[in-house]
Amino acid sequence: MADIITLRYTVSPDDFTRAGEASSDVKNKLKQLGIAPPVIRKVSIALYEGEINMVIHAKGGEITVEVSPESIRMVLADVGPGIPDISLAMKEGYSTAPDEIRSLGFGAGMGLSNMKKYTDYMDIQTELGIGTTITMIVNVT
Amino acid sequence: MDKFYHSVRLDQELCKGCINCIKRCPTQAIRVRNRKAQINSKFCIDCGECIRVCPHHAKLALYDSLESIREYDYTVALPAPSLYSQFNNLDDVNIVLNGLIQMGFNDVYEVGAAAEIVSEATREYIVRNYRGVPFISTACPSVVRLIRVKFPNLISNLLPLKPPIEVAAQIAARRAVEMTGLSRDRIGIFFISPCPSKVTYVKAPLGTEKSEVDRVLAIKDIYPRLLSYMRTVEMDAPDRMEAGKIGVGWGRRSGEASGLFTESYLAADGIENVIQVLEDMEDQKFSNLKFVELNACNGGCVGGVLTVENPYVAEVKLKWLNKYMPVSKSHMDDISRKMVDWTAPVEFEPVFNLGDTLAESFSRFNQVERLCKKFPGLDCGSCGAPTCKTLAEDIVRGEAQEKDCIYFFRDNLHRLSGEVAVVADCLTGRSAVTEETVYMLREHINRIEDELLRLAGSSHKAEKEEQNREGRQESREGEEKK
Repeated sequence: MADIITLRYTVSPDDFTRAGEASSDVKNKLKQLGIAPPVIRKVSIALYEGEINMVIHAKGGEITVEVSPESIRMVLADVGPGIPDISLAMKEGYSTAPDEIRSLGFGAGMGLSNMKKYTDYMDIQTELGIGTTITMIVNVT
Repeated sequence: MDKFYHSVRLDQELCKGCINCIKRCPTQAIRVRNRKAQINSKFCIDCGECIRVCPHHAKLALYDSLESIREYDYTVALPAPSLYSQFNNLDDVNIVLNGLIQMGFNDVYEVGAAAEIVSEATREYIVRNYRGVPFISTACPSVVRLIRVKFPNLISNLLPLKPPIEVAAQIAARRAVEMTGLSRDRIGIFFISPCPSKVTYVKAPLGTEKSEVDRVLAIKDIYPRLLSYMRTVEMDAPDRMEAGKIGVGWGRRSGEASGLFTESYLAADGIENVIQVLEDMEDQKFSNLKFVELNACNGGCVGGVLTVENPYVAEVKLKWLNKYMPVSKSHMDDISRKMVDWTAPVEFEPVFNLGDTLAESFSRFNQVERLCKKFPGLDCGSCGAPTCKTLAEDIVRGEAQEKDCIYFFRDNLHRLSGEVAVVADCLTGRSAVTEETVYMLREHINRIEDELLRLAGSSHKAEKEEQNREGRQESREGEEKK
């Protein structure tokens, strides 16, 4: 029975230039572990989108990634404003990102839909004014 | 063919065991062990950064000597476009090409000419195959090697076309056989290279089974000799130029990309920048890009470690030189069209995996994390590994030990000297000094000495340890006799 690896990251809301560091670190660690490249690709895209969302929409938060030989489970928890209408937010092209963020190429409205697309399981728990917790699982095998 | 053949080597004699190279190697392939650098052949991508930074010139590139042209009945020189950028006030490439003939080659064929054919093939390939994901240039062998070991998800983005050097060699060999009627093995195809990476390509090519290049010469090696031959070239020397603006432009950054007639390209140069771009590409950060040109060296091929001119000066010279050239002088025909496609796939080589199986990797990963917490995290390089993390990885792979860390060593010494103090305290204020206490004290001093010797880490280390052991044996025997 192989070990389970737990990786934890705090996503800072203050420094936009550091957004994406957590997903990049996870990606490099998965490579070292010898996880299959297509799986790494799915995880890093889904996690990157989630991490960017935490910086743009929530005031940062915590990312926990549990890696086992069977699956990769990512939990992204923030204490942001919550998502008022999940099905609307899930729609491709729908975005509430501010203009200054869009000018960097973000806010195309593909974040949540990409996260869903690249993972085998996704669950969103959200409460207005309290925060959002997104759990995503990508199967390794 | 050795999958991990390398042209970048170490000169044991010259290596002082400093940490300049381990710190600058982009794939963390170098360790200093027993006061000498060692290059891990699986990690190395032959970019030549270590050659650039070694203050003792202990890193070198393997290439052939000009004298090897005597081994063939007929020889063709293939000058890289970057060669033209090495000369002051050069306004006519023809002088370089005829200088090469004067130097002893029977014929010359510009790599820039083949580059124009590759540019044309690339334009066609992009039109036919673009599906929203950019293609990555495969002209720089170090970049292809980097992707092969570090970026498995980008292998499918590699442009599956041979680099100009290979297409040039194929065309030149074919021409030479047709013209002379000699068998192929009597003909020598000589590439004049700006970098060791291309030497590696020739010996162990990726994308094709075997290279048609027979020998590789270094620009810096032939430069002084060529210069004197160039002075003897007559005004009416035959026109041997077959490359135009596009082909010659390949020698500098953005040169390859600008031959594609599209604005949707990105060009990055310098190995660290290349890695950054590849990381971002993996995360699919670029949309609407069609082509990504990557050069391991600053400035592109003009920045190769086997060139002589400052890459930025060379870049300007190349721009001036091709200013009034026709856009392109060589075009793809039915014969060259068949030469450009890859004939062998490039496959991912998972050399950086921590273990052979997932289970082993997982357990080693956790060991690395634990070790990293114990190490000071200063990445001082004193242990011979570039960072504390790489030392931890080496340890779990069984290639290093915890006590290689100088801080571990210091703490160990501190603990031992503390123990000596305790023993010494026992000695004072006692009427009878027992043999046992004296023996213990001696043991501790010996251990401290061992630790210090280990730090010295030189070749005489084993010898000293041997002497030490014998000495200790004798003292113990002496004790027993008493």
